[in-house]
Amino acid sequence: MKDIIEPYVTPDGRTIGGVLMDMRNITLRFGGVEAIKDISLDIREGEIRAIIGPNGAGKSSMLNVISGFYNPQEGEVWFRGEERPPMKPYQVARLGIARTFQNIALFEGMTVLDNIMTGRLTHMKSGMFWQAIWAGRAETEEVHNREIVERIIDFLEIQAIRKTPVGRLPYGLKKRVELARALAAEPKLLLLDEPMAGMNVEEKEDMSRFILDVNDEFGTTIALIEHDMGVVMDLSDRVVVMDYGRKIGDGTPDEVRNNEQVIDAYLGVAHD
Amino acid sequence: MTASAPSGLKSVPDLLARNVAKHGTKAAYREKEFGIWQSWTWAEAAEEIDALAMGFLTLGADVGDHIAIAGRNRPALYWAMVAAQRIGCVPVPLYADAAAEEIAYALDHCGARYVVAGDQEQVDKIADVRDGLHALQHVVYLDGRGLRKYDHSHMTSYANLQEAGRKSGRIGEVNERSAARTYDDTSVMLYTSGTTGRPKGVVLSNRNVIETSKNSSEFDHLQPGDEVLAYLPMAWVGDFIFSIGQAMWTGFCVNCPESAETMHTDLREIGPTYFFAPPRVFEQQLTNVMIRMEDAGRFKKWLFDRCMAVGRRVGPALLDGEPVSQMDRFRYRLADWFAIGPLKNTLGLSRVRVGYTAGEAIGPEIFDFYRALGINLKQLYGQTEATVFITQQPDGEVRSDTVGVPSPGVELKIAENGEVFYRSPGVFVEYYKNAESTASTKDAEGWVATGDAGFIEEGTGHLRIIDRAKDVGKMADGRLFAPKYVENKLKFYPDILEAVVFGAGRDYCTAFINIDLTAVGNWAERNNIAYSSYQELSQHPRVLDTIQAHVAEVNKSVAADEMLAGCQVHRFLVLHKELDADDGEMTRTRKVRRAVIAEKFSDLIAALYSDKGEIYTETEVTYEDGRKGKIKATLELRDAAVTAEQQQVAAE
Repeated sequence: MKDIIEPYVTPDGRTIGGVLMDMRNITLRFGGVEAIKDISLDIREGEIRAIIGPNGAGKSSMLNVISGFYNPQEGEVWFRGEERPPMKPYQVARLGIARTFQNIALFEGMTVLDNIMTGRLTHMKSGMFWQAIWAGRAETEEVHNREIVERIIDFLEIQAIRKTPVGRLPYGLKKRVELARALAAEPKLLLLDEPMAGMNVEEKEDMSRFILDVNDEFGTTIALIEHDMGVVMDLSDRVVVMDYGRKIGDGTPDEVRNNEQVIDAYLGVAHD
Repeated sequence: MTASAPSGLKSVPDLLARNVAKHGTKAAYREKEFGIWQSWTWAEAAEEIDALAMGFLTLGADVGDHIAIAGRNRPALYWAMVAAQRIGCVPVPLYADAAAEEIAYALDHCGARYVVAGDQEQVDKIADVRDGLHALQHVVYLDGRGLRKYDHSHMTSYANLQEAGRKSGRIGEVNERSAARTYDDTSVMLYTSGTTGRPKGVVLSNRNVIETSKNSSEFDHLQPGDEVLAYLPMAWVGDFIFSIGQAMWTGFCVNCPESAETMHTDLREIGPTYFFAPPRVFEQQLTNVMIRMEDAGRFKKWLFDRCMAVGRRVGPALLDGEPVSQMDRFRYRLADWFAIGPLKNTLGLSRVRVGYTAGEAIGPEIFDFYRALGINLKQLYGQTEATVFITQQPDGEVRSDTVGVPSPGVELKIAENGEVFYRSPGVFVEYYKNAESTASTKDAEGWVATGDAGFIEEGTGHLRIIDRAKDVGKMADGRLFAPKYVENKLKFYPDILEAVVFGAGRDYCTAFINIDLTAVGNWAERNNIAYSSYQELSQHPRVLDTIQAHVAEVNKSVAADEMLAGCQVHRFLVLHKELDADDGEMTRTRKVRRAVIAEKFSDLIAALYSDKGEIYTETEVTYEDGRKGKIKATLELRDAAVTAEQQQVAAE
């Protein structure tokens, strides 16, 4: 399939731009196990891109390659038109890539507000000295960062738990706080690792709404992994399907849904 | 009734102009946004209102047009109401949580040309029903989130409309229209919550609003420095009078919470001096305090109990200005220092000078608790048709079983069947486009039927309400049946959220009971009782035992009143779902709709009047997003201990 790189406007009025991240012939091995076998995929600016596949298909590994946590043995990662060398996670964060985790990774003892503030860390420039005496740039920076954080709190409707320690929150809300923290970094690319795992229908609906709103309001490009097929098909612009480390399908939800190979490997049930 | 406006103030916009001149730089509105309280002075608020009023002119608003307002309490939406009044339009606030059909009915009935919507949720609801609404021309939205891609040909943001208004510079026209308003022009139209049938549009004139605000503000000595928290639905007459009428008359500050969930935090931060809450808010707060005290350490619990004991004994007496010994004063001060003061602070009620509750009867324990804290909590009795006030309790004459003396300017009379009638300057003009209902409610002399049965207590002159007049009925053997009287007694138990008693035309009374999930859930946790759903908890044998004991106790107290002794509950069941406004079982103001419930659960009622021990039932429920589902349950029916009735009843 040859991709058209010109920007286009989706039926619901969002602009999808050029390629933001391009993964070329990625192969990732753990010892003798090939987790990802020669996969190429791109993520375009402004789109919601989903990676799906059965358990052990290599989805999370793929996300970890995108986030720079794993370095593939073979292949190239291009981000915003430049090849990205192997990097430390903080360097990736500075590039404008933020993520949430499959098993929530928040600071349990800190309040929601403080947790989200940590997302602003890459945007703080004042040194330890100024931070310590709380003057000059440190203060103006904090005010600015707090404003951004408050807008996110308002956006995700978590005002009521602003000062609540994260450890006391139910699961669904923790997931939302994690999203808030990722958003606080004002990322170019937001990676969501199973944002709806373990949620009930209502929480899933809320989360879907927020993901769409984030994409729409902030124009954030989103790559997500998800099990729930219904959610994926409704949310995403394009879907990559993986199975045993291989890419077996790539395209719009409708294309993927009708792809024989995908049906065979993953959905199965529709093939009776 | 023909008195002219006090010192030329004949409408809400006139009051606004006076406040700008008198208190221009004082805070008029506050709203918590992005975690910080933002405030507007009277002068700033007036500017915002004028800009919006001019904006409406650019849309072509004519005198007498209806402008609907839908959303949660926000200063900008209050301004929209006043802006509408500025240009001779009629503001029609709607319940923010109303379903699309309910909104459609109101919009269609009043023929609203414009709607000011709070956010996407409201805009979506209107969009759903817009096809049927031919009068509706333009939607103005406040919070543009998620609306960027909507078709804007008939939609504008609030800020843009204000900008267009400012550019147009048509302030002269706004002032002319404002000046041309008379004392008898419509000020606002409010839809009743509709316990029976379709909601009715109650038209209130400037006279109603101004006179009532003046009288009631003076009754409680409200001052410009007072603070209120505006968190009750804007469509409710009480909020209109507190947050617009009295606020404008007195010039006090209206504070809007950040969201419905943050209400308690915001309450604490603002520390209102004038506070209104329906009984359920006070109940909830008390339940929360008690649950937390159960979890406290032994010393803290002991201290709390000791201090509250002093509070209960001395607090109400101090409030009523009765003589209290020096020793008791000293004890109360100590108790205040150790427990009462901090508790009040936590509840956000430290500064409350005047607190009101109304709408439903409040349990004596709840009432006494707040009075013990030294909070001047009073009851009032009112209606939309009366512009709120019918009776209220003066300082120093507060009791839990009465609703007070007639408010200033109100005359009362009790009809032969016990129904309460009133006449006052606040009596509504008419039900919009419903002359028939107007005529059946209000007679030629201006007396209005409240629909409630009650009597005036001898000696004190306080009014006591027994029940809705139409609900008061006779049992099969002719004894008086007053369901609310019994339901209220049941609801005073923290475990019981709601109760519905049946018995008209029957041999004995039966009841549906809703457990309070917070209280019962906490009790279950404490007693290691596992449950996975509301339904399961509600049918737990030990929960049923507790409720059974409550019902027996209520029966005992009901039996003591010889007039109502027949209303003892013989059989009851605990419902498997909470009664909900979304299912039509309650009004938006959380009053039970008896007829709906009786019809919907007719199988359960039949079972209560049979000798079955349990019944299987399926119930349709509506989820928040409007979808429907079914829940199935097997409910246990239980008998409750009935106290033997007095001999004289049998002798009749």
